[in-house]
Amino acid sequence: MTNGSDTPTDTSTVTPHPPVISLRGVTAELGSRPVLRGIDLTVNRGEVVALLGANGSGKSTAIRTIIGQVPLSGGEIELFGTPRRRFRDWARVGYVPQRTTAAGGVPATVTEVVSSGRLSRARFGVLRKADREAVRHALELVGLADRAKDSVDALSGGQHQRVLIARALASVPELLIMDEPMAGVDLASQEVLAATLREQVAAGTSVLLVLHELGPLEPLIDRAVVLRDGCVLHDGPPPRALGQHALPGHDHVHPHAAHDAEPIRTGLLS
Amino acid sequence: MATNLALNIEILDYAFMQRALLAAVLVGITAPAVGIYLVQRRQALLGDGIGHVAMTGVGLGFLLSWSPVWMATAVSVVGAVLMELIRWYGRTRGDIALAMLFYGGMAGGVMFINLAPGGSNANLTSYLFGSLSTVSESDVTAICLLAAFVVLVTIGLRRQLFAVSQDEEFARVTGLPVRALNLLTAITAAVTVTVAMRVVGLLLVSALMVVPVAAAQQLSRSFAATFAISVAIGVSVTIGGTVTSYYQDVPPGATIVLLTIGAFMLLTVAATPLARRRARAAALVAAREAGDPAECAIPGTRTPTGKVGV
Repeated sequence: MTNGSDTPTDTSTVTPHPPVISLRGVTAELGSRPVLRGIDLTVNRGEVVALLGANGSGKSTAIRTIIGQVPLSGGEIELFGTPRRRFRDWARVGYVPQRTTAAGGVPATVTEVVSSGRLSRARFGVLRKADREAVRHALELVGLADRAKDSVDALSGGQHQRVLIARALASVPELLIMDEPMAGVDLASQEVLAATLREQVAAGTSVLLVLHELGPLEPLIDRAVVLRDGCVLHDGPPPRALGQHALPGHDHVHPHAAHDAEPIRTGLLS
Repeated sequence: MATNLALNIEILDYAFMQRALLAAVLVGITAPAVGIYLVQRRQALLGDGIGHVAMTGVGLGFLLSWSPVWMATAVSVVGAVLMELIRWYGRTRGDIALAMLFYGGMAGGVMFINLAPGGSNANLTSYLFGSLSTVSESDVTAICLLAAFVVLVTIGLRRQLFAVSQDEEFARVTGLPVRALNLLTAITAAVTVTVAMRVVGLLLVSALMVVPVAAAQQLSRSFAATFAISVAIGVSVTIGGTVTSYYQDVPPGATIVLLTIGAFMLLTVAATPLARRRARAAALVAAREAGDPAECAIPGTRTPTGKVGV
């Protein structure tokens, strides 16, 4: 894994190291309700930034404007120094959406799901030997190599999250964007995820992640951005041993996997 | 065996049976091949909606004396694109818009066919429930061309369609043209509906898109296996239904659909021991990695080190 600081960017003529993510005055609406009211957010190369805030503060919407799932009503977004509309180099971005399950309506194996993450590097959707190798490596990173041929339906909630992260890692990205990667994850998987993330950060990967609480990822985080009602409330060092539990409007609702009514250890109370 | 062979040859002596069997096989391949993506994206009933819209195409074909198959293809493609656009833009009242599209399509079909000179609802019946024995030479040509398109899309773009149907939001970040692929899926489904229209009929098309996939899921753990098994089931039931309707005087469309549901029930029963064995194997694996909820599956294997968590 030699991604990160030593990879040249296509816009290196302008600035040697433009921020990997740059949001300036971003506003967005869902329906007619303003959710983001002018957000500035920068993630520099190699930085780990946590996006914190109460439910409904606009954390997930902010993430989803960055990937283009939610349209902007104002402001600018740049990825690796390129305006998002013209950004095509998606293989450099790994995305972990907020999900409680990796399964769809049809059975799929762990390998099949993770292979989707490699499509950004595969020409015309043809997976070559190197691509299969990368998929296997991504599964090793999250400790699921032995479950490669199993159906995702047979996995626990925490393992689903590990599959989603392996899928994001399959393209060997320089930037990881994660929306609540620790939600509904058992303690064992939380530790695996934290270790995986530590390795990625050590290799130079930049990370933007939405978190509900700092939890086991706290030592990794360089900077925290706290949102409230669609505005940036705080941008600086992470609030120590505080997380968002002390933030106003926190009502402690967690998404839970519904698949097969399996009991899931979230590790939230232990 | 020998009698079977003799029967098959006898069937193939009739040109209309040759056409019917060819059309049936093509439907058996294409309907599950598209249906699997619809089931995966949890739009299992999209095929049913397109079937309703296609009725307007059949009616227009009669009214303008054009080929009902090609006209139904054109109209159902337009309908499928409209449905996809409604899904993008009209999230709030999307279901109402879809209902209007469905029933408007059905009403349009009835209206146009009755406006056509000498046309009546009786003409529509063969399109609603299928009429294999009246499949003409030009119908077969149309079905072959359309089926080739469907197979090309569903197999050639399987990885892209899988990614988009599994997780649209993630697919966008891999740089896939998500909207174009969604449109392509809808168009391919529309084309499949018209391929299957002459065989099982517009009202029963959706069954052949969804039930073989549901049946295959009883056995399979992977997407690739689900795809292969559902196409195999599709081909078996369409051939089986066609041959049955030749020897017994029964409608082929209904026979095919009932056979498909029979296959589903058979596989569900057959898969129960398989599922139990897999669950046991999974529980053993889980028990080895302490910390997983193995204790719920097999209380006897609870390890003393197992921590209690919430």
